[in-house]
Amino acid sequence: MSAPAPLLDVRELAVSFSTEEGVVGAVDRVSFELNAGEVLAVVGESGSGKSVTATTLMGLTRGPNATISGTATFEGTELVAAGDEELRRLRGNRMAMIFQDPMSSLDPVYRVVDQIVEQIRAHRDVSSQEARERAIELLDAVGIPEAAKRADSYPHEFSGGMRQRVMIAMALSLEPALLIADEPTTALDVTVQAQIIDLLRSLNERRGLSILLITHDIGVVAEIADRVAVMYGGRIVEYGTLDEIFYEPQHPYTWGLLNSLTRIDRPRPKRLPQIPGMPPSLLAPPRGCHFRPRCPHAFDHCTEVPELSARLVDSPAHLDRCWLEPERKRELRAADGRDALEQPR
Amino acid sequence: MNGAGEPLLEIRNLVKHFPVKSGVLFSREVDRVRAVDGVDLTVAAGETLGLVGESGSGKSTLCRAVLQLVEPTSGSVRFEGRELVGLRQRQLRPLRRDMQMIFQDPYASLNPRRRVGQIVGGPIKLNGLASGAELRRQVEELLDRVGLSPEHYDRFPHEFSGGQRQRIGIARAIALKPKLIVADEPVSALDVSIQAQIVNLLDDLQDELGLAYVFVAHDIGVVRHISDRIAVMHHGKIVETGDADQVCEHPRDDYTKKLLAAVPIPDPRESRERRRASLGSA
Repeated sequence: MSAPAPLLDVRELAVSFSTEEGVVGAVDRVSFELNAGEVLAVVGESGSGKSVTATTLMGLTRGPNATISGTATFEGTELVAAGDEELRRLRGNRMAMIFQDPMSSLDPVYRVVDQIVEQIRAHRDVSSQEARERAIELLDAVGIPEAAKRADSYPHEFSGGMRQRVMIAMALSLEPALLIADEPTTALDVTVQAQIIDLLRSLNERRGLSILLITHDIGVVAEIADRVAVMYGGRIVEYGTLDEIFYEPQHPYTWGLLNSLTRIDRPRPKRLPQIPGMPPSLLAPPRGCHFRPRCPHAFDHCTEVPELSARLVDSPAHLDRCWLEPERKRELRAADGRDALEQPR
Repeated sequence: MNGAGEPLLEIRNLVKHFPVKSGVLFSREVDRVRAVDGVDLTVAAGETLGLVGESGSGKSTLCRAVLQLVEPTSGSVRFEGRELVGLRQRQLRPLRRDMQMIFQDPYASLNPRRRVGQIVGGPIKLNGLASGAELRRQVEELLDRVGLSPEHYDRFPHEFSGGQRQRIGIARAIALKPKLIVADEPVSALDVSIQAQIVNLLDDLQDELGLAYVFVAHDIGVVRHISDRIAVMHHGKIVETGDADQVCEHPRDDYTKKLLAAVPIPDPRESRERRRASLGSA
């Protein structure tokens, strides 16, 4: 038998927006697969296109100024071409999304439990009493203490971390197959962040919830992801398993980013290795590889865009967009890493 | 440089409480928020003191109370031996030349209607240190110093990225050659690849100008990288201070331990290992 089809199969997804200043190519031919039960992290900085990718899957970037092409197949439904009605049936029901700021996604004038009940009853034919019981069960499952009592509180009566738990409970209320989490811990303190990551991990491990995690934080990625797509300037520049990305990075941006992180578990370097320059403007992106102007290893060939493809003989699923020969990459990466760790203070 | 033993900044039992008032006609204090609740800290000339803590720990209020941007409830802040608490604005003004601040949000701290040259040169002009062509020359030198270009002189803040705006804020802060800069979350709003640039810039400026920093951040990794010593703040109090490596490698206080244990480690093997260890101990 052949391998089962992935839960989510994104092919050549491209999103651009017309603005007064010109056309912004936010997402450029992005392809990835998310298998059932997996956590895929899409990591990138602001303007990398990671959030636009995620919101496009939910149909939230549709509008008169947006041009969307490519395909995204989720449980047999092609999302890019799907009608609004069809998307509405899927959203919340089969795929749900949580955002960075839970306060702006909760209605401040309704009790928390009522918001979850409303969502359940919009999609399922159950009594309000049943829905309420289900809501309290969920609040309990995501770690709200005294859920039955707290359920009747208003959003402002919860702390930031508790609000994010409420959002997760709401997202899970219809038992979706896929959770899209867009920077779910960015607004939270580090101790609360650790709790939310633990919660997401246990939902993944115990309930088989598939998660598409959008984040700028590579530390968070290391804690939870199975596979990673690294985005830069609207494109996926590298795609592989968690360990491939961290221990065999193939794109100079990926290893530059990894080098520039501070680590509390290592001696500190004299100087923090830095990537020079700034991310590209997507109104007027550089020709060829978007990382070229900042890349210390760029050469003539880089004015042409490399395809996202496998360049390592023994890792056919590890893809990248860099023209350098794998052997050369290994040397350069080792040299960059040595520079990074030289002269601990 | 200072004489031996004399700290540049000495904070003693500093307290800042905000009253919580209630009542319609006659409002009375019903409670108080103890934002800063008896803090003792010293900073030597040329040193970096890192201040870490979570939101609501009182870090930002402490920064403001040190620089007398909010009036402390009680306690003492001595700068080069001189008591700041209780001074009038007029008396503080000449001292402010030596104590500057950098803010988290470079959007909010730069006047959108002023050109970069005016923003950076403002403190020089206000203090009557230079004007005309000489002022322009000094500002262009400052822009160059922080990694901007002299051509940026006539541009407006909105034309710059977040990282560049933070550079503008830094240029303004060093314009008067201060002895102390209080930097409140200066890299928290920046992308990772830009964070490293700003941290390195602050490091370089310290070497060249002999600056002392109070560097505030919630990211303990960044704080440890830049700091000589670290103070951990929790509920308005300093729960632990010590050498930066010492605090991170051998924390003594329970809260510090909890904070460090929560920092994600960007290394999958180690993070799996840590998870296994914590499951075993649980």
